[in-house]
Amino acid sequence: MLSRTADHLFWMSRYMERAENTARMLDVNYQTSLLPQSADRAEQGWAGVLGISELTAAFGEKHGEVNDRNVMQFMVRDAGNPSSIVSCLQAARENARAVRGTLTTELFETTNQTWLEFNRMLQGNGFERDPAALFEWVKFRSHLSRGVAVGTMLQDESLHFIRIGTFLERADNTARLLDVKFQDLAGDYFGTWADDSAPEVDFYHWSAILRSVSGFEIYRKVYRNVIRPDKVAELLILRPDMPRSLAACMNEVVHNLDLVANEQSTETRRRAGRLRSDLQFGRIDEILATGLHAFLTQFLDRVNDIGAGISRDFLVPA
Amino acid sequence: MKPFFDEMQTGAGTVRPHYSGFDRWLQAQAPAVMAARRDEAEMIFRRVGITFAVYGAKDEDGAGTERLIPFDVIPRIIPSDEWARMQQGLTQRVTALNHFLHDVYHGQEILKAGVVPAEQVLNNTQFRPEMMGVDLPGQIYSHISGIDIVRAAQPDGSGTYYVLEDNLRVPSGVSYMLENRKMMMRLFPELFAQHRVAPVAHYPDLLLETLREVAPASVNEPTVVVLTPGMYNSAYFEHAFLAQQMGVELVEGQDLFVKDNFVYMRTTQGPRRVDVVYRRVDDDFLDPTAFRPDSTLGCAGLLDVYRKGNISLCNAIGTGVADDKSIYPYVPKMIAFYLGEKPILENVPTYLCRESDDLKHVLAHLDELVVKEVHGAGGYGMLVGPASTQAEIAEFRAQLLARPSNYIAQPTLALSTTPTFVENGIAPRHIDLRPFVLSGKSVQMVPGGLTRVALKEGSLVVNSSQGGGTKDTWVLEA
Repeated sequence: MLSRTADHLFWMSRYMERAENTARMLDVNYQTSLLPQSADRAEQGWAGVLGISELTAAFGEKHGEVNDRNVMQFMVRDAGNPSSIVSCLQAARENARAVRGTLTTELFETTNQTWLEFNRMLQGNGFERDPAALFEWVKFRSHLSRGVAVGTMLQDESLHFIRIGTFLERADNTARLLDVKFQDLAGDYFGTWADDSAPEVDFYHWSAILRSVSGFEIYRKVYRNVIRPDKVAELLILRPDMPRSLAACMNEVVHNLDLVANEQSTETRRRAGRLRSDLQFGRIDEILATGLHAFLTQFLDRVNDIGAGISRDFLVPA
Repeated sequence: MKPFFDEMQTGAGTVRPHYSGFDRWLQAQAPAVMAARRDEAEMIFRRVGITFAVYGAKDEDGAGTERLIPFDVIPRIIPSDEWARMQQGLTQRVTALNHFLHDVYHGQEILKAGVVPAEQVLNNTQFRPEMMGVDLPGQIYSHISGIDIVRAAQPDGSGTYYVLEDNLRVPSGVSYMLENRKMMMRLFPELFAQHRVAPVAHYPDLLLETLREVAPASVNEPTVVVLTPGMYNSAYFEHAFLAQQMGVELVEGQDLFVKDNFVYMRTTQGPRRVDVVYRRVDDDFLDPTAFRPDSTLGCAGLLDVYRKGNISLCNAIGTGVADDKSIYPYVPKMIAFYLGEKPILENVPTYLCRESDDLKHVLAHLDELVVKEVHGAGGYGMLVGPASTQAEIAEFRAQLLARPSNYIAQPTLALSTTPTFVENGIAPRHIDLRPFVLSGKSVQMVPGGLTRVALKEGSLVVNSSQGGGTKDTWVLEA
């Protein structure tokens, strides 16, 4: 298939996935902000949202105070912010439009309809009245896109590049979320709480993280235990059966990379495989011992590097 | 009173036989139902993304450079005998035009014979000297031709079909023809059960067949692509649609490159050779090393490969010299010259402002005539005399006097009307017809074409860029 076509497919699914993850993150912060907490704590939560997306400076140029209203406006409907949901959905739709002939009619219409509907929902103050409903809607439109893609597309390169985009983006987003949420606790998390002497952790803090990745019920099912940060980290990093974990994402990336391999892609495939192995054979106590922040920072660099490799080998060849 | 011709009703108000079944159905429909169907159609078109871009326009929400072409739910119906004759006329006309193109780029017999003035062709900006002596497969230049046809009322109340214009460069609109039919079948399935409407959905098949037939002779299994200027082009939907329907790649200039006298596209599995390009990019932008150097829409070196016969372009480079409005008046003579036949379809009588007698006549009758720029398209740069103010006419007169050879003039035709569903109910509106004629090993077309309708009361301008809409076009099988 055309390299440019693969490029559009890759970014179409990345932007849809990003819109979903932004909605998830905003939703969890919004829900948390309804709990009784200090003003500092609330502001810290919203500042974290900006930090995850590396938008603290861009936000500062437009808004003064970091509060729920300002951050949600900025992250949902500000078309000047390239990571806002409106920008992501538009980018997903523009990419889909550029290759609409490659997509099934259902997939194009789903993506197009999402964009048209979202704009209609932003008119009036429905969003401000009930932000959670809008976040839920975005999440479900993303589920729908993914389902329509898997359920209607021929299982050829087109679908493989769509899947690579989805899981590379999800790996990135889950890692960022973990990084920021663990830093919310004072200092880096070195696993000193991994034993039974763990201080009382905020149940609501950890359950919020889990809920943001649809992982609360999964956690209970897998660990049948109270919520402990090290187990949360393990679930979201190493469990291959947890669909939003780093390990699960990298499994999908590697699998789909194998299906599209070409003469130039050997090195990119090697790096992706190596990252997958690190997750496959890694242990959470080792990761925590070296420092979670350091681990996640390195993970993000490696994901970024694989993305650049895919671009060079397939999407924008010289 | 000026004569007029309505496709559905005679002057006396009786319904023509080929509309009688539709009329019975229409009488039984509540206006509210028709309005609901029209709204449904609009919603579906928007969801499907059948939109066109308007240059320079922007809605308040910023997303609005994409517009829908208004779709009218009342079909235009053509009886089978009229279509049969029109089809013969179209085949004849397009065949002659292809002969003409081959001739002007080879022996130029028609110029030597003085049938078409040589300077009209050779000094035309659309004449491409680069094409001299280049041999094309089947000697076909215009593989896809859009021939605009109108029906005008005669003093006795009958109607005559005229060819208004030939479009031999990159004629568009065929996707609307196909989508309009799909929409009508979805909205009013019962109408199709009651009528024998000739199908059109096989157009992409015929197109692909045509494109494969004109591949370079040495290629067995040609790779066909559609070349688009990109998603911001006004006809992008159509480009994507046709590529998808034919199952071929939709490429942009940046996807193509030339190496060792062949054209390749960049794919995820390395370079792949391209044999036939259905290009929806104008000549000027096709190759920055040969034509406009600032073009980013084409592929550097393409012309060279083309001249060596290693790639086929559809349509060929240089077809513009045959659809220019200054060449149009000579088409009936071409038919006689190349085919030895009488034209089946008539031309609209045309005054060439470059000739002083004609110019004198035009200047004296500006308020009655339609004056058009020779190279204009899309309804821009024209004067519709009867619909213009004195000031507009005066302004146009100055332009005309400054560059008379830039203009032709035609009598304002009383374009035929069909009933159309507008704001205050059903009312007659003026229409035209664009059949799409395919030329490969043979000349083929699907029955009918795209009917465009001027939605403003009294307006004669059907172009979508000027507020025109479209209708489904039915050819009834005998």
